[in-house]
Amino acid sequence: MSLFRLKGVHLKHCKNTAQMPPERIDTPKTVILPMSMHIGAPAEPVVKAGDTVKVGQLVGAANAKVSSPVYSGVSGTVKKIDEIVFSNGAPIKTVVIESDGEQTVFEGIEPPTVNSLAELVEAIKNSGIVGLGGAGFPTFIKLDADKERIDTIVVNGAECEPYITSDTRTMIDDAALVADGLKLLMKYLEVAHAVVGIEKNKPECIKSMRAALADVVGAEVKPLAAVYPQGGEKVLVYHTTGRVIEEGKLPIDAGVLVINCTTLAGIARYINTGMPLVQKCITVDGSAVKTPKNVIAPIGTPVKDLFEFCGGFCEEPRKIIFGGPMMGTASVDTDFPVLKQTNAVLAFAKKEATPPKVTPCIRCGKCAQSCPFGLSPCEISDAYKASDAARLQKLKVNLCMECGCCSYVCPAKRNIVQRNKMAKTMLRNYQISQKGGNK
Amino acid sequence: MEDTLLVSPAPHVRSAVNTRRIMLDVVIALIPTLIASAIIFGFRALGVTALCVAVCVISEWAFEKLCKRDVTVGDLSAVVTGILLAFNLPSTIPLWQAAFGSIVAIVVVKQLFGGIGRNFANPAITARVVLLISFAGSMSSFKDPINDAVSGATPLAIMGANGNMPSLLDMFLGRHGGSLGETCALTLLIGGIYLVARKVITWHTPVVFMGTVFLFTLALGEDPMYHLLAGGLILGAVFMATDYSTSPSTSWGKVVFGVGCGIITVLIRVFGNYPEGVSFAILLMNIVTPYINALTRRRPFGAAKKTKKA
Repeated sequence: MSLFRLKGVHLKHCKNTAQMPPERIDTPKTVILPMSMHIGAPAEPVVKAGDTVKVGQLVGAANAKVSSPVYSGVSGTVKKIDEIVFSNGAPIKTVVIESDGEQTVFEGIEPPTVNSLAELVEAIKNSGIVGLGGAGFPTFIKLDADKERIDTIVVNGAECEPYITSDTRTMIDDAALVADGLKLLMKYLEVAHAVVGIEKNKPECIKSMRAALADVVGAEVKPLAAVYPQGGEKVLVYHTTGRVIEEGKLPIDAGVLVINCTTLAGIARYINTGMPLVQKCITVDGSAVKTPKNVIAPIGTPVKDLFEFCGGFCEEPRKIIFGGPMMGTASVDTDFPVLKQTNAVLAFAKKEATPPKVTPCIRCGKCAQSCPFGLSPCEISDAYKASDAARLQKLKVNLCMECGCCSYVCPAKRNIVQRNKMAKTMLRNYQISQKGGNK
Repeated sequence: MEDTLLVSPAPHVRSAVNTRRIMLDVVIALIPTLIASAIIFGFRALGVTALCVAVCVISEWAFEKLCKRDVTVGDLSAVVTGILLAFNLPSTIPLWQAAFGSIVAIVVVKQLFGGIGRNFANPAITARVVLLISFAGSMSSFKDPINDAVSGATPLAIMGANGNMPSLLDMFLGRHGGSLGETCALTLLIGGIYLVARKVITWHTPVVFMGTVFLFTLALGEDPMYHLLAGGLILGAVFMATDYSTSPSTSWGKVVFGVGCGIITVLIRVFGNYPEGVSFAILLMNIVTPYINALTRRRPFGAAKKTKKA
């Protein structure tokens, strides 16, 4: 369907935990629930220090249009309303809960009644589900659109980042739930066609998803080349449907709704049980981790508890990454909690953690050759250094999805994608100032 | 433990290829030809090459020390320049001239423009042209490997004078007069295939460059096989027209570059005063490289066709 294949890079997959069904972590002593684990306005705490909470109880309410509620994954006592600093430097309010170890379930948990699209949207909004592939965009907003404009649902099962296998496990262990979630969406959005894109390095997932979708009319599994960044939204949509999401447009403008497989399973689970999103399967891996595992943990569990559950460290960790090694963020400490959209926590020893020495650019052009969108990172860097925002606009730096292929291939080990990010900000500021000037 | 955690921007994994590895691959690709040159022209070929490499590396180190820049000799690019310059010189060249050429290549052409990746002209080619103009005599007296005599007769010169040409097999194996590293087509092609296989270069420039020369000379009624094998065409097309910083980085740009190099080479060879035109062709195309890059840039995936004025 797609005319040509978008470029990318071949990575070592390192899917060491693909064969490991997730294990449930011992209930953590403390959970830290940030009020912002999604794109949009933070939730507002509805509990105060000293309150008792149970599993599945609301602790942060979504009062804004684009927001998502936060629920407790443990039963216990609210210790304090605190603040932590996210990797982007933003201070975020948190609810810190001390668990009593009982895991008493909240009384109000019951499956929602869903008989219409509006009810489905409302249910997903209340479930606290956000894009679980890593983006953290509140899922209900994607569905709360003009359903006439959507003719295809693309399910993201690519999981192209190395190490991470949490989606892999979802597609193997919970294939039926993914299928149920997809059926719900197809039914209420009245969409006749769905494609599940899965990289070919996950044959088990392809098999299990094909079996689960056998009785779903209009749904197919499409095996994709295991080339990073296959799971990037625009890349996935192009390789599964042949459609191009144009500059500044959303998937819906191409008639597509893109949803992660674990998000779908989460929706089905909520509709079946009424238990909101309070726990997550997380891949714990990396050279410093003694026994890599897939772990099911309450959201808010400090990552040090995850590492402890995996036998601790076999070597001193020098870098802790939330997410995959290509796009994940390095953390400053191990007290930081697991978020809704966290799908992996990696710990690397000195050898892997030390950034390589940066040398001068040799103009080899490998960055441009590996860019899925055909950008020219090398020239973007030059324009950025010259503060030439008009040129950045011509070079279309705004299209950069920050996948990191350019930095990965660079023989001079330059931090190209970081420069792209800064260039995007420069361009945005320039465009804002231009608009202001024209008024 | 917290004090020891590193925070750095993504991606946290990098490919194993670095600048030194790329340059090492180029050196490896040049070794078969170096051995061939020693067999064809004798040990002086090795001596000239060793001298050029040594002077290139030392002058890069000295210049960078002098300018208090980071010393980059470890990336092996000066070694590559040294070997390539030597390959463009007759084995009989006076050593001081070879040393002078090496200094021109590294200091004038490369370092004065900012060092690796910043030069707009190929250092080895430019130095060769400087030497050709400065020392026309010693740069055009070549050792004849078959008769073991020094003469000025390269196949291109013989062709120009309608003399007796070496056989195609001798041309292919490099048993004829010429610069020390340009004659053996066999080993140069092996090196080229190695570089393409290692993804150091792509096939575009060499194939298009040589193809253009072949077709253009055929159209002009010349013998295309001799034009392909004679002079510095293969050396230039494989190793010098593919230099990263001085040639286009886009695929179509490489094609345009190859066509341009091919046409200029043939025009000089057939209609010009010089018997050989590869160096001038590459040098001229080096100058237009930024324009080729700009004109052959791909439209990014999904980019709006017109840039809206904000």
